[in-house]
Amino acid sequence: MTTTAINPTIYRRPRPEKGFWSWITTVDHKRIGKLYGYTAFVFFILGGLEALLIRIQLAQPEAAVVTAAEYNALFTMHGTTMVFLVVMPLSAAFFNYLIPLMIGARDVAFPRLNALSYWVFLFGGLFLYSTFVFGTTFAPAGGNLAEPISALGRAPNGGWFGYAPNTESAFSTGTVIDYWALGLQILGLASLIASLNFITTIFNLRAKGMRLLRMPVFVWMSLVVNFLLLFAIPIIAVALWMITFDRQFGTLFFDASLGGDPILWQHLFWLFGHPEVYILVLPAMGIVSEVLPTFSRKPLFGYGAVVFAGAAIGFLGFGVWSHHMFSSAIPPVAQAAFGLATMTIAVPTGIKIFNWLGTMWGGRLRLDTPMLFAIGFVAMFVIGGLSGVTHSIVPADWQQTDTYYIVAHFHYVLFGGAIFGIFAGLYYWFPKIWGRIYSERLGKIHFWLMFIGFNLTFAPMHWLGLQGMVRRTWTYDEDLGLGP
Amino acid sequence: MPPVPGWSSDVMRPRPATFFRRAALLLPAILLLGSCISDAPMDSLDPAGPIARRIDGLFWLTFGVAAVIFVIVEGGILIAAFVFRDRKSRKEAKEPKQTHGNPKLEVAWTVVPVLILVALAVPTVKTVFDLTDASGAQMQVDVIGHQWWFEYRYPDSGVTTANVLVIPEDTEVALNLTSQDVIHSFWVPRLAGKRYAVPGHQTVLLIQADDPGEYWGQCGEYCGLSHSLMRARVVVMTAADFEQWVAGQQLPAAEPAFGSPAEQGREVFLSAGCTQCHIIAGVNDQTVQAAPNLTHFASRGVFAGATLDRTPESIARWLANPPEIKPGSFMPNLNLSQQQIDALVAYLETLE
Repeated sequence: MTTTAINPTIYRRPRPEKGFWSWITTVDHKRIGKLYGYTAFVFFILGGLEALLIRIQLAQPEAAVVTAAEYNALFTMHGTTMVFLVVMPLSAAFFNYLIPLMIGARDVAFPRLNALSYWVFLFGGLFLYSTFVFGTTFAPAGGNLAEPISALGRAPNGGWFGYAPNTESAFSTGTVIDYWALGLQILGLASLIASLNFITTIFNLRAKGMRLLRMPVFVWMSLVVNFLLLFAIPIIAVALWMITFDRQFGTLFFDASLGGDPILWQHLFWLFGHPEVYILVLPAMGIVSEVLPTFSRKPLFGYGAVVFAGAAIGFLGFGVWSHHMFSSAIPPVAQAAFGLATMTIAVPTGIKIFNWLGTMWGGRLRLDTPMLFAIGFVAMFVIGGLSGVTHSIVPADWQQTDTYYIVAHFHYVLFGGAIFGIFAGLYYWFPKIWGRIYSERLGKIHFWLMFIGFNLTFAPMHWLGLQGMVRRTWTYDEDLGLGP
Repeated sequence: MPPVPGWSSDVMRPRPATFFRRAALLLPAILLLGSCISDAPMDSLDPAGPIARRIDGLFWLTFGVAAVIFVIVEGGILIAAFVFRDRKSRKEAKEPKQTHGNPKLEVAWTVVPVLILVALAVPTVKTVFDLTDASGAQMQVDVIGHQWWFEYRYPDSGVTTANVLVIPEDTEVALNLTSQDVIHSFWVPRLAGKRYAVPGHQTVLLIQADDPGEYWGQCGEYCGLSHSLMRARVVVMTAADFEQWVAGQQLPAAEPAFGSPAEQGREVFLSAGCTQCHIIAGVNDQTVQAAPNLTHFASRGVFAGATLDRTPESIARWLANPPEIKPGSFMPNLNLSQQQIDALVAYLETLE
C-alpha cells in the first residue's frame, strides 16, 4: 500500500474498503463472488416469479390469467434467466470465492478482468430485462391481433433456444429478439472473460506442491466447466451473430426459401446447448463432492474416478448435441449414432453417483443442512439421469420430446441437480462467507420445503408429458384429460 | 463393512411426528398422479397402432430397466442416510474407516452400466431404422405446416384438406412433412411419435391405426404466438368409408339452393375478401391458397387449427373476430355484420 501512495497510477488498488463505493470499485475475488451471488439471487426471484405465473396459468385448462403473447415471453425469459442469469452466475460466484482459496492463491490471475466480467454480466442481465420497458413485439408479418401486446408480453418470446426461422424478422417482428440476441452476446462475453481468468488461475497460481491431481474436486470441476465455456460460448456467439445479421442486414443464413437452412441454427445452438447443460451441473457436482466427504467423515471415494468422470462428461458433452433434434430433419443414421453417444454419457455419470454413494457408505453421516441438500442432489440427479437415458432411446424420444416429460427431466437435472448442489455449497461455506453460523432449524425447513415442493411440482410432469401435454403451450383443451 | 456402533432398534425408528408429517405430504402427490390417469386422448402410453405400440414397448422396456436401477440406487442412498447416520448416542465413537476407493467396485460399476446400455442400444437402433423406412408405405399424404394449422394433400387422389387428416385403418401411411413458414412438429401420440415440418426440407413420418376412430394431435414444436392452438385431428375410416370419403372430396363444392341463406352466404364469401386466401372448388378456382381449403368444410368436425368443434355458434364466433380466438391469426377481423355472419355460417354448413 505504501508504494501506491508514493506512486499513484491507474494500477493502484482501489482505496475504499467500506461502503457502497468499495463494492463498485472492488477487484477482490471474494467480494466479486458475493456480487455475482447477490445479483444472481435477484434474478432467481424474477425467474421464479415468471415460473409462478406460468404454473398459475396452466393450473386449469383454458385459463386466461395471462395472454398467449405474455405466456410466450414468460417462458422465454424464465428459461433464459435461469440458465444465463441464475445458475451460471451462481456457479461463477463459487468459482470466484473458492478457487483462489482452495488452490492457495492470493486472488485470481487477473483481478481487474474479473471485475470486468462481473460488470459485463450485470449489464447483460439488465440489458435483457430492459426489453420489458423498451422492447417491441407484434404479430408475425401478415398476422393480426385483437388487442396490442401488453408490457408483460414485450420481452423476448422465441424461447431460450430461439429456433430459426421463428426468430427471423418475418415471424418475430419488433425488437425483442434483437435484445435477446445482443443480451446473450454480452452475457457470453462475461463468461468468456471469466473462463480465461479461471483457467489461467488454476494452471498458474496453485500453491507449491498442489499438483493437478491433488486439487480439490470442486476446482477440477471448475476447470472442466471453464474449458466448456471457452469452447461452447463462441459457437452460440456465431449463431447469434448469424441471426442478428439475418434480422438487421438481410443475410439469409436460416431462410430456406433462398438457400439458407433453419436446421443449421439447431445444430449450432445445441452444439453450444448441450455442453451448457454440463456447464450448469458440473459445478454443483464439484460442490457435492466436497460436502459429502465432510459430513460423512470420510475422504471422497475414488477421487481419480470422480475427476476423470467429470472430464469425460465434459468431452462427451460436445458429441451428443443432436439428441435435442431426434424429431428434426436428421437422417436415421445420425439419430442412431447420437442415441448411442448419449447413452455413453450415462457411464461417467453413473461412476460419479456410485462414488458419492461409496463416500457415504460406512461413514458417520451428520445430516446437517448442507448434507441434506447434497444427498437431495444425488437422489434427484439419479431421477434426471434415468429419464435422460429414456431420451437416448431414440423412438421413445420421438414421443417424449417437446412434452412436459422433457420439462420434468431437465428440472430434475437443473433444479433437483444444479440448484440443490448450489444450496448445499451455500450452507456449507456460509460461515466462511458471512462469518456466522446459519440457523440449522431454518436450513432444515428450507430443505424440506424445497425438496417436497420440487417433487410435487415436477414429478407429475413426467406423467403429464407422456399423456400428451405439449411444452410451451399457453393453454390446453379441457377434453385432453390433463386438468384438475 | 465396519460394525455400526450404537445400532439399536429404538434409534432406527423414525419419530412418529416426523413420519406422519412426511406421509401426509405424500398424499396430495398420490392424488395428483391418480387424477392424471383418466381419459386422455393424447396418451402416448395408450397406443392405437403398430408404430406407436412398438415405441411404447421400447419405452416400457427402458422404464423397467430404469425402475430397477432407480430402486437400487435410491435405496442405497436411503440406507446409507439411515444406517450410517451419526447419532448422539455414539458421539464418542471413533472416526469411520478412512477408505479412498475400491478399484474392483469401480470397474464393476463402469462395466455393468455399459452392458445394460448395450442391451438397450440394440433394439433402439433396430427400431430407429425400421420406423424410418418408408419403402413399405401403402399411402402417401403431403403434410404442410402453416402458422397455425396443418394442411393435407393426397397426391394419389388430388384431395386437399385441412386440420383433419383422414386415413384408412390398418394402412401404413407415409406423411411427407414440410412447412410454409416456421418449424412445426406433427404429433398424434396414439399413432406415432413426432416429426418436424421444416421449411426447405422434407421429412417423413409413418403412422398407422388399428381401428376406425378419432385421434388427437398437436403441433409439438414452438411455432410462435398461437403454438398452443395448432392442433390436429386424425380420423381413421374403414377402407370402404375412406374410398367414399375420397370420392366426396373430389367433387366440387355443393351448390346452395336458390334463394336460400346459403346462397347469400356464397355472395358474402365472394365479396367480403375471403377469396384472397381461401378456395372453394367450383366457386373460386384460383391457385393462391394461403388458408384452409373450404370446399368440404362441413365434412370436418373441427376447424380453426382443430381447436373449435364445428358448430354454427363457434363458426359465428370465429367469423366475428378470429384474432381474439387465435392471437396472431392470419385471418383478420373482417368486421362482418351479423347478417353476413349468419349467411356465411349457413353456406359453410352446406359444404359437405
